Amino acid sequence: MKMTISRKSLGIPYGIFLFLFVVAPLIVIVYYAFTNGSGHFTFENLTGFFRDPNTTGTLVYSLVLAFVTTCICLGIAYPVAYVLAMGKLKFKSVLMMLFIMPMWINFTLRITALKEILTLIEGNLAFYPFLNSVVGMTYDFLPFMILPIYTTLSKLDLSLLEAAQDLGADRKQTFMRVILPLSMPGVISGISMVFLPAMTNYVVLDMLYNSTYIMGSLIGSYFSAYNWHGGSMISLILLALICIFTLLSSGKEEETRGGSIL
Amino acid sequence: MKKGFIGKAFLFLVLFLMYLPIVLIAIYSFTDAANIGASGKFSFNNYYTLFTTEELAGMIVGTLALALGSAMLATVFGTLGAIGVHYSKKRTAAVMEAVNQIPVINADVVTGFSLCILLVVVLGFNKDSFLPLIIGHTTLSAPFVYLAVRPKLTQMDPSLYEAALDLGASPSYALMHVVLPQIFPGVVSGFAMAVTLSLDDYFVATYTKPATFDTISTYVVNATRGSQTSIKTALWALSTLIFLVVMVIAFASNSRGKEARGNEKV
Repeated sequence: MKMTISRKSLGIPYGIFLFLFVVAPLIVIVYYAFTNGSGHFTFENLTGFFRDPNTTGTLVYSLVLAFVTTCICLGIAYPVAYVLAMGKLKFKSVLMMLFIMPMWINFTLRITALKEILTLIEGNLAFYPFLNSVVGMTYDFLPFMILPIYTTLSKLDLSLLEAAQDLGADRKQTFMRVILPLSMPGVISGISMVFLPAMTNYVVLDMLYNSTYIMGSLIGSYFSAYNWHGGSMISLILLALICIFTLLSSGKEEETRGGSIL
Repeated sequence: MKKGFIGKAFLFLVLFLMYLPIVLIAIYSFTDAANIGASGKFSFNNYYTLFTTEELAGMIVGTLALALGSAMLATVFGTLGAIGVHYSKKRTAAVMEAVNQIPVINADVVTGFSLCILLVVVLGFNKDSFLPLIIGHTTLSAPFVYLAVRPKLTQMDPSLYEAALDLGASPSYALMHVVLPQIFPGVVSGFAMAVTLSLDDYFVATYTKPATFDTISTYVVNATRGSQTSIKTALWALSTLIFLVVMVIAFASNSRGKEARGNEKV
């Protein structure tokens, strides 16, 4: 009896750790988001965000930037992951590693390198701020899209593909009705690893001289202005978006899991 | 046959584009050119600046120390947490699992900002004590250690632990000598993950670090906001060195992974 207690109690430090540094900061954020400078309860931070055309504009701009970045990442990553997982390649593990390796190189150094190239091509980065940001984000996040899709595709039961072909499906049908639906969990986790960072990673924009704000830049600017209340409200709005995505994607995942059981 | 060719060509095109900036920077780091595309002579000047400028050397050492320190803390917390949760009741496990997921999916900006508000604004911690920064990086990476260790525990044969106890081992001895060796690959990959997360982080550091201290990320971002060319090109040298180190580690771990797999088959 005593030893079961001791094994379980090993988790207590981490439990306390998580409460102090993950749960408590969120409680503080909620408190600050709904109070004003003098500590009174208010909805002003929330209504202010949606009334101000600047902040709603920022929300729209970040959503568009994140959407375009995610689509391009997906468009590149899916074929790459597909060829890596299904193709007959000689040095598969080396190739896979080459696609993952940029994840381990500091992203600010990689963006610096990209910036040099873009400056060389465009002359002045200020001409194409949106394009540069999309390129920067794609360059930064592509490995995070490739990895989960590759993982699901490489675990795919190949006998299912043979079965589809035996049952008379052509290559296109096999892809659309078997491979694509079964790889959806990987696609969804790839999207969740690209979309949110693309809404918030304002350093990529800063470094490529795009002065337009995204959601992350708002937190940064409130922080520099010591406006904890405004910054907390932006954080809370981002958290709400995360919750919505998580709920949507977990629903989808269950569907695909159900599909694979059938 | 032709289809396979198109696929491969696409693969190599993407790889080419991914590595073009890094490789070009690496080549130019060995010249005295101030911009990519400018002509320059071969020189080790950038490497010389990198190692002799106190500011740069200090920032690199600080970043590495922070990464190793916070990764060790994260590994201890995350591993203990995973073991504890593995032997806990379902409901406790579900709550821990859910909370553990929060920093994983949350935006780093929000993690950094909220930690700063709690630690510095509410609790009044001094940023110069490095405590907020260390806590920040540990919080960022401990959940990933947990996620790396957890599956190893589920795959483990539970009867081995029981057998050790039956043979007279104390619970703590069994934990150290039976459970730990089995989950060790997970602990190592969790630690490696924690180091990379800390090295790559900008947002948590920028909200929790002392004003006079810089990590590689915060330093690079400040340096791009207009500074001396010598610093800019010295950072090319840094980028090249990191690229080489990452490549060596990646290929070493890849061949070791193959060996281990080979051994398993034997």
